[in-house]
Amino acid sequence: MATYQINVNGENREVEAVPNTPLLWVLRDNLELTGTKFGCGMAQCGACTVHLDGDPVRSCSTPVSTVGTKKVTTIEGVSGEGLHPVQQAWMDENVPQCGYCQTGQIMSAIALIEKNPNPSDSDIEEAMKGNICRCGTYERIRKAIKRAANAEA
Amino acid sequence: MRTKTFDHKIFKVNRRDFLKTTSVSMSGLLLGISFSCTDTSKKLTGNPAAVFSPNLFISINGNGDVTLIAHRSEMGTGIRTSLPLVMADELEADWSRVKVEQAVGDEKYGDQNTDGSFSVRMFFTPLRKAGATVRLMLEQAAAKEWGVAVSECKAVNHEVVHTSGKAFGFGYLAEKAGALPIPDEKTITLKDPKDFKYITKQSSIVDLKDIVTGKAKFGYDTKLPNTKFAVIKRNPEAGAGMKSFNMDAAMKVPGVVKVFKMEAPGFPTNFNKPLGGVAVVAENTWAAMKGREALEVVWEKGINADYNSLTYNADMAKRVKTKGKVRRENGKVDQALAKSKKIIEAEYSVPLISHSPMETPCALAHVHDNICEVWAPVQDPQGVRKSLAAALSMEEKAVTVNVTLLGGAFGRKSKPDFVVEAALISREMGTPVKILWTREDDIQHDFYHFPSAQYLKVGIDENNKVNAWLHRSTFPPIGGTADPKASEPSGFELSMGMVDLPYAIDNICCESQDSKAKIRIGWLRSVANIHHAFAVGSTVDEIAHVRGVDPVQNILDMLGEDRKIDFKSLSPEFWNYNESAEDFPWDTARFRKVIETAKEKSNWGKSLPKGSGQGISVHRSFLTYVACVVEVTVDENNKIKIPKVDYVVDCGIPVNPERIKSQFEGGATFAASLALKSEITVKNGAVEQHNFNDYGVARMTDAPYETAVHIIESGEKPTGVGEPPIPPFIPALCNAIFAATGKRIRQLPIKLA
Repeated sequence: MATYQINVNGENREVEAVPNTPLLWVLRDNLELTGTKFGCGMAQCGACTVHLDGDPVRSCSTPVSTVGTKKVTTIEGVSGEGLHPVQQAWMDENVPQCGYCQTGQIMSAIALIEKNPNPSDSDIEEAMKGNICRCGTYERIRKAIKRAANAEA
Repeated sequence: MRTKTFDHKIFKVNRRDFLKTTSVSMSGLLLGISFSCTDTSKKLTGNPAAVFSPNLFISINGNGDVTLIAHRSEMGTGIRTSLPLVMADELEADWSRVKVEQAVGDEKYGDQNTDGSFSVRMFFTPLRKAGATVRLMLEQAAAKEWGVAVSECKAVNHEVVHTSGKAFGFGYLAEKAGALPIPDEKTITLKDPKDFKYITKQSSIVDLKDIVTGKAKFGYDTKLPNTKFAVIKRNPEAGAGMKSFNMDAAMKVPGVVKVFKMEAPGFPTNFNKPLGGVAVVAENTWAAMKGREALEVVWEKGINADYNSLTYNADMAKRVKTKGKVRRENGKVDQALAKSKKIIEAEYSVPLISHSPMETPCALAHVHDNICEVWAPVQDPQGVRKSLAAALSMEEKAVTVNVTLLGGAFGRKSKPDFVVEAALISREMGTPVKILWTREDDIQHDFYHFPSAQYLKVGIDENNKVNAWLHRSTFPPIGGTADPKASEPSGFELSMGMVDLPYAIDNICCESQDSKAKIRIGWLRSVANIHHAFAVGSTVDEIAHVRGVDPVQNILDMLGEDRKIDFKSLSPEFWNYNESAEDFPWDTARFRKVIETAKEKSNWGKSLPKGSGQGISVHRSFLTYVACVVEVTVDENNKIKIPKVDYVVDCGIPVNPERIKSQFEGGATFAASLALKSEITVKNGAVEQHNFNDYGVARMTDAPYETAVHIIESGEKPTGVGEPPIPPFIPALCNAIFAATGKRIRQLPIKLA
């Protein structure tokens, strides 16, 4: 066991974990931030996507020992008082079905829009193809990303 | 797979027994009321402690807050929203004042097994009556308070309004309504459909905001004090036991607290029994996983140690070409085929398929003080409760099953095995325990969609008419997961797309060949319709090309005159999804209508570039009629893209059109996974795939770019939409590929190269 100081959603948190513990399980089991989901454990599905200094990463395959001083943002940390424009777009398009993968989808989408405020279809596919949705909400995800991009523009 | 769908079950246990299911009058009460608006005084709230709760599903407190019970499980269909909306509409509740509460598993709610696309079909009318009864009681309470006739009072948007214009809020009336006797059901009036405010109108799901903010609670999101975390190492061969294990290395993993054996059930395993193995319990999920990795286990070989899917499937394909057991016979197929001028002969095969919902099986259980509490994503909470009671030797009343949101299910989570695992481990530990199935566990230990082989032989006579249809199907029946003797496909499985063939062909023979389950088989979204619709829909298209007739026209030619087909007289084994032919006839006019509408909406026959094509298929499943047109492009590298899908759906009254559309959009993608990506293979009894790296499912790049869903306007009884999107999509896609490339697809997943 080792002690790590990590910055999660703007707060410094101290966690005890073995060094190879994936950030996912630190967030969920230690910090009880359960909005980040387990889907595959090997960076294949994107359900566990969080941001490290704004970049989307698969927290299931990111050892806590590698986080260092990078700022971790989870779904619980993307909005202030209201909703993030991407979350709002998700609601406006009624994207979710079961909802399980959607926090990971939203985290990937936010990272995309922040780097590319006006993504094309192929930009969206490239950014989102690592996020699986078994309910099949991809068409609405694409629409919601475009809606959010337009709202921010 | 289904229990009987008696809609009166919902009322049987109602403590005041105020509703019956016989039809109620649609006349009068709401008609002829004029509003003169001379007195606009209002009293909105009453005794805040009062709760008016005349039935199990609806309660109203003195503040006017309405609580509606969702007794079906939410796995993405929107049912947790749609059925409460039905109640709210009849109740005249303001939807923004409604809170939806999830029911625990309890027989008092009637059927809770969320499965078979029947939640709306089964509960639409009973829950309308429940809402309408409460509405009437509120109107009666207001009438009594004012000393006027009930006919002068009308519930409108959370208030009861008198013809004079004065009004009482539902909150004010709650306590007063609670003092009234339950009205005679003859006095209950359902709304005229033209007055629906929520039914057939758009509405967002109740969990939408919680989902997008990460607050929604799924199966692994609840924790109790001192919760331990568990994973299980299971024999790769389903049901087989263990010779020995060494836990030394596992116990050295920091955080691991206990390792112990769980009994294997043997094979067949049954649906509700865990697979056994070695449980690893730890202080956190990661430690449990690492502890499991460090285990050394010597497995026993079971009765399916020689199961190889490649040889098994080849054997099915060989046997299905020989005469089988006749399950439907009309006319004389052999004689007719002898007279046919043209013959089409084809074989189809579909592999084992895993459900792989995004949320793997998982549960929190706490067994303590002779009770058991669980929080779990389950489709059948009453079945879970029974299984837990049996596994723990407890009475059912000692078991509480709290239903969380389900992160997808597709049939997997109607099996309680994983919840039983959690409870058995909790009992052993004496603490709350959360169990997690990793993705590898999920893919390697599922209740798989059955592998199948089919053979079709069709004759076309000298008048260019189909004169003979022979269809043979073999697959290990679902029953084989529980019954070692079960190897014959059952009538209900064959009624999913085989013996219910609606085409007007004089000579039809449907046969089955036995196959024995060698692995856990279960039901996956649309069940046997998947492989039957694939073969039948592809064959019908092939007939069009052999006849030299446009595929849409060909289907209409084959369908014949509008009629209601009496399938019971054609095949004694015909199963109508547990419904009578009187209530839900097999109506070829509705079938025809969805085809004709699809032709129009899809711009059928439009000019497309080389390498592109359109395909159509149509199928009735779960009593819902669906036509599907898929447009496909196939590039020089055989890469398949699906730019457009048009669905036409007739599901009777479209209760929640927005969620109907989402089910079809998502259904197209789910079916695209089955058609293009998903295949489980087995070697020496063990599944060869592991995770999404080698078990393919559709990603955004594989999914249809646009799915248009056209809903037929209908006043027919509503039917479900969870499963019906799947069956016609696959043959429509394959037929489109034929149009684009000239290649016929006989085997899933599609491999063009």
